[in-house]
Amino acid sequence: MRRCLVVDDSRVIRKVARRILEDMRFEIEEAADGLEALQACRRRMPEAILLDWTMPVMSGIDFLKQLRQEPGGDKPTVVFCTTENDVERISEALKAGADEYMMKPFDGDILHSKFAEAGLI
Amino acid sequence: MLNDAEVTLIAREVKSRSGAVLTKDMAGAIAIRLQPLARREGFSSVPELIGAARNRADGALWSAIADNLAQSDTRFFRDRSQFERLRTQLAPEALKRRAHERVRIWSAGCATGQEAYSIAMIIDEMRNQGMNPAVEIVATDLSERLLDKARAGLYTQFEIQRGLPIRKLISYFEKASDLWRISDRLRAGVRFQQHNLMKHPGELGQFDIIMLAHVLPSFDHETRVDVLRRVSDALTPNGVLMLGAGETLPEGCDTLKLESGVVRKLSPLANVAAA
Repeated sequence: MRRCLVVDDSRVIRKVARRILEDMRFEIEEAADGLEALQACRRRMPEAILLDWTMPVMSGIDFLKQLRQEPGGDKPTVVFCTTENDVERISEALKAGADEYMMKPFDGDILHSKFAEAGLI
Repeated sequence: MLNDAEVTLIAREVKSRSGAVLTKDMAGAIAIRLQPLARREGFSSVPELIGAARNRADGALWSAIADNLAQSDTRFFRDRSQFERLRTQLAPEALKRRAHERVRIWSAGCATGQEAYSIAMIIDEMRNQGMNPAVEIVATDLSERLLDKARAGLYTQFEIQRGLPIRKLISYFEKASDLWRISDRLRAGVRFQQHNLMKHPGELGQFDIIMLAHVLPSFDHETRVDVLRRVSDALTPNGVLMLGAGETLPEGCDTLKLESGVVRKLSPLANVAAA
């Protein structure tokens, strides 16, 4: 089973995403901020990462920049999932190495669509 | 709530206008879809709207009812495999056949325009790859209400996230307050026009590629065959008709053949051989 790391400081969002992604046959690990996510990746790289932008301790964009420098950090497919919806922010995320980008609020249909675009399903 | 007699009457009037089949188990959904129209027209309820439509001789209210019940569920790049086929095979083949002439593509039953704009994005990407495709995209729907939205090219955040890759979003859209507006360049490349699939498309001319995706399921068998016959009349001799992924030809389409999701006209000789 493929693994997806869900990174969001909101427990509710993590719970909603977990439910949808488990239906899509992903094994889920959770992290509440970028630093926790980085530690999780160092233990074991997931195939997919669903990533919030604004979080305490370490933001999603800082995590992504660091992740892409890590050994094997180029492997995970990263899908941003954030309230940030300006074109400049989206471009910044893609430049930092994001593969897809979705804007909150989202539902199962959108998450499914974005994971399909990213080649994850 | 609508009673059986009202639903039967609505179904008859809608079928005669748009060909769409409505059934009694759709009563609740029909009532919900017609509530905004009833309010706009000054009626306190949907049954009151139906009563007024029955008493008006010019049929204008029935046309508005058919319009408001028109299928509008669509998305960008719905059926990715079909669009991939268009990009890699069907559009290049049509361009090669046409040489220096313009290739014509028809998005039939385009609803709010996502399919037509998806085609326009594919053609534009061919331009970016150094090709210079001369393509005319015509998109039609019965509903002027849906066409108005398509022409405006304004979509909600929910709509632009269904099927549209993020790189295409930032290439072809700009934010307009809470909405996203498709670029003027793409908008100018699609001609939206009202057309009823119950009528012959002769006025639209001939097309090299026709997309008729997820339109047929709303019709009964006889209407599907009729629509396919009329639409395929608008195909050039080597033209192709694309259905939605998983859609098949209904029985009775003897002049057409379906192969890997693409419909072509059988040559007259093939018909003679089959007979």
